[in-house]
Amino acid sequence: MSIKALTLALAATTALAAPSLAQDQVKIGVSIPAATHGWTGGLNYHANEAEKRLEALYPNLDITIVTADSPADQAGDIEDMTSVQQIDALVVLPFESDPLVEPVRQAKEAGAFITVVDRGLPDETIQDVYVAGNNTELGATSAEYFKTRLGEGDNIVILRGIPTVIDTERFDAFMAGIEGSGITVLDNQFANWNRDDGFEVMQDFLSRFPDIDGVWAQDDDIAMGVVEAVRQAGREGDMFIVGGAGMKDVIKGIMDGDELIPVDVLYPPAMIATAMDVTVANFMSNAPVQGQYILSAPLVTQDNAEQFYFPDSPF
Amino acid sequence: MSVSVPETTSKPAKSFKIDLKILGPLLALILLIILGYSLNPLFLGEGNVTNLLTRSAFIGIIAVGATFVITAGGIDLSVGSMAAFIAGMMIIIMNSAVDSMGASIWTVLLGVGCSLILGLGAGFINGFLTTKAKIEAFIVTLGTMGIYRSLVTYFADGGTLSLNSGAREIYRPVYYDSFLRIPYPVWVFIIVAVVGWILMNRTAFGRYCMAIGSNEQVARYSAIKVDRVRTWTYVLQGLCVSLATIIYVPRLGSASSATGVLWELEAIAAVIIGGTMLKGGYGRIGGTVIGALILTAIGNILNLTDIISNYLNGAVQGVIIVAAVYLQRGSFKRAIRKKAE
Repeated sequence: MSIKALTLALAATTALAAPSLAQDQVKIGVSIPAATHGWTGGLNYHANEAEKRLEALYPNLDITIVTADSPADQAGDIEDMTSVQQIDALVVLPFESDPLVEPVRQAKEAGAFITVVDRGLPDETIQDVYVAGNNTELGATSAEYFKTRLGEGDNIVILRGIPTVIDTERFDAFMAGIEGSGITVLDNQFANWNRDDGFEVMQDFLSRFPDIDGVWAQDDDIAMGVVEAVRQAGREGDMFIVGGAGMKDVIKGIMDGDELIPVDVLYPPAMIATAMDVTVANFMSNAPVQGQYILSAPLVTQDNAEQFYFPDSPF
Repeated sequence: MSVSVPETTSKPAKSFKIDLKILGPLLALILLIILGYSLNPLFLGEGNVTNLLTRSAFIGIIAVGATFVITAGGIDLSVGSMAAFIAGMMIIIMNSAVDSMGASIWTVLLGVGCSLILGLGAGFINGFLTTKAKIEAFIVTLGTMGIYRSLVTYFADGGTLSLNSGAREIYRPVYYDSFLRIPYPVWVFIIVAVVGWILMNRTAFGRYCMAIGSNEQVARYSAIKVDRVRTWTYVLQGLCVSLATIIYVPRLGSASSATGVLWELEAIAAVIIGGTMLKGGYGRIGGTVIGALILTAIGNILNLTDIISNYLNGAVQGVIIVAAVYLQRGSFKRAIRKKAE
């Protein structure tokens, strides 16, 4: 009896599995950090939008998005996707670079096509495609803008993110960019990519420096906190603020001609969608897609803001 | 209830030593103020002092509640997440109220009312699970910490919840305006601290908290309703979180999953710096207030100077926190005396 039941069960599973095999289904796993702050919230939104769009376009495409709370979590997710789901391609935005090298390598050895997004892996031989924003350019573009507004004898303060490689790249490029312009950086402090910290650090800068002409907040969440501190001190007329990333509230403000935050520098969470598009193209088109896709970090001004505005995105 | 006698009175020896124990946190704060002033005279400027006091109000109010929980031998790790969750719910409720009743003072009052209900409810859940379900407070509040944090992330869709701009303009003065040149958040902090001090030092409830924290079994045999008192400490904590959130929301008009991160540790740190025992049985509201001021002052001083590498800010904070507790325990005096002998 039990043997009969087993055979039946086997037959049933084979029958279920058969159509997918016949259609040559492509399985793509997307592993990204959970939505723990604004930018990753945007990342999750754009990943889900891209999944809907691509699956509607290609019936034989199956995209699975998993979000992780920590590097260890993410390593587990990738192992599951490789061994249980047997994915054909992996799109991964690593939580941290080093701890994820081995799990991604295993996926590669199991035959998956690997797309790495944003934070690179130290061993570049693992990846087939690398899609990233440009932190250096973000710093440089911001510096260029400051040079158009300020010059010899003007003072600025900088609110940085969290001590990481990303932050250092942005900061160093900015400092190199303004070198020789005569702009003085009064001080820089970490505001942890967080509104509350942006508010508090800026309050202290305002009481410490009577003459500030510009603020580079390096990130839109921080910039929102800075705005409140500047409003509280009644010094809106003295300075302008430049953030970064492309938060919808900031983009909307630029479209409406806000003078306090006149521009933004793009570091789009939509880069995950680019990565998914490129990965799908590897299976669905006959063009080669391997290589590096570095998105530029353009200046968002009132003229072009509309094309970067996603009112439905949480970020 | 004689069991509740805290250890200060069990060592009646030198009055100077007792003074030092009470004055320890104050001494640490004074040293910090001198340090701040010598690094940058602006530290004692009126604007900076006002900023500092207003900022410390959040952690301070929450820490007053935490003093009761810790004194009664409990712990609440959920306060930061709870604050973020309540702030998020307030914004959602006020935004939807704007649709039906417009941006008015009533919208804001509705938000405030909901905040109080949510705070009391969340506190009661923590207390109920700890006392009736007999789950360790550490575990219960670790669980609710994760739940509230996830809920605010979920409701914000991973992004930020922003208050309707009309309601925002009405609500904004609650954080930014002042009465007798003292900002409203500081007034709230003062009132919470005074009420907390009276509760802790002048009522049976405060004595019960200390008794339970120092020896639960003995307190039970002394006919103290241990479970009820414990539950009340968590409800009180929830109320404090709610009050802190009410003055927090008008500051930035937004809440996200990054709101209130690590507030629970800051609140616990303020309580411990202030001289309350982490293992319970001995609580000091005045010390907690000073502890909250010390914590805020450290961050403020680091922002006012650029002589220390940015990467070392956390290390400086750590050293000062440990040193403050060392001063407050008066251990240095004992060490000196030992050497002398």
